[in-house]
Amino acid sequence: MKTAIIQFPGSNCDADALHAARLTLDPDAQFVWHTEAGLPEGTELVFLPGGFSYGDHLRSGAIAARSPIMAAVKEHAERGGFVLGVCNGFQVLTEAGLLPGALSRNRDLHFHCAPVHLRVENAHTAFTGAYAPGQILEIPIAHGEGNYYADPGTIARLEAEGRVVFRYVDNPNGSLNDIAGIVNEQGNVLGMMPHPERAVERLLGSEDGRGIFESLKIVPTSRSLIR
Amino acid sequence: MPTFTAKVFVTLKPSILDPQGRTVERALSHLDHANVSGVRVGKYIELTLSGERAEVETQLQGIVENVLSNPIMENARWELEEVREVAGA
Repeated sequence: MKTAIIQFPGSNCDADALHAARLTLDPDAQFVWHTEAGLPEGTELVFLPGGFSYGDHLRSGAIAARSPIMAAVKEHAERGGFVLGVCNGFQVLTEAGLLPGALSRNRDLHFHCAPVHLRVENAHTAFTGAYAPGQILEIPIAHGEGNYYADPGTIARLEAEGRVVFRYVDNPNGSLNDIAGIVNEQGNVLGMMPHPERAVERLLGSEDGRGIFESLKIVPTSRSLIR
Repeated sequence: MPTFTAKVFVTLKPSILDPQGRTVERALSHLDHANVSGVRVGKYIELTLSGERAEVETQLQGIVENVLSNPIMENARWELEEVREVAGA
């Protein structure tokens, strides 16, 4: 699956994302700089990596969400192309309006960097088909602003439509309904705070993040919708 | 063309947990300011804009809504003041 990893000034999980993508999905996965006007021809997955784009100034993800490449990412998403936003990438997706809600400061003001347990709430998405429903994953988090918030109507809708894909077993940041990852209405855009790209090899302590990439391989592009 | 200074105030909505505000409030309470409550920590942003007032106001409103604040979790208000050139300055 042809993969493009977007680099913003301040992205610091870009190399991890590239490594994970090359290992699991696409040996030719490549970086795309944020000032580019378009994505490489034939891009199927856009990966927005973690980090601190623009130093998290103004709000985390806010400036990156308004950078030139994001117009192409939005078009890609509207066409049904896959987009995966991890950590800062999730913040960029909410700021860009590709996912609902917002990420605010962790409830306790601490930066949390630790492996956490996630429950797979919906194993019928393009990103989770390789997991079993209810499967518990160990995947690291590393964020100061991962407290997911949306108005009650949006939360109710996310829940009713099965769009809460991952939930924390022990909520580290105060996220409403323990939300760790959500998909858009069409199911082709996933945003999550934990870092699956840091859990793709035994050597890293966990392989549990690998399923997200494996899932994308088994689902044809035309079947990106939530099943 | 007139020049204006805009002062933009951004605060978290009342429904959003403000851990910074709460921490400051607790600190004040420990410093014997127990009568202080409702502490909210926000952002203050200054901008200089030039143009006709009506156009500048519309532009500023757009900037504040679409870039400087996130309406999902923040409230924002602004003040616009014309900069008067001081003779000889």
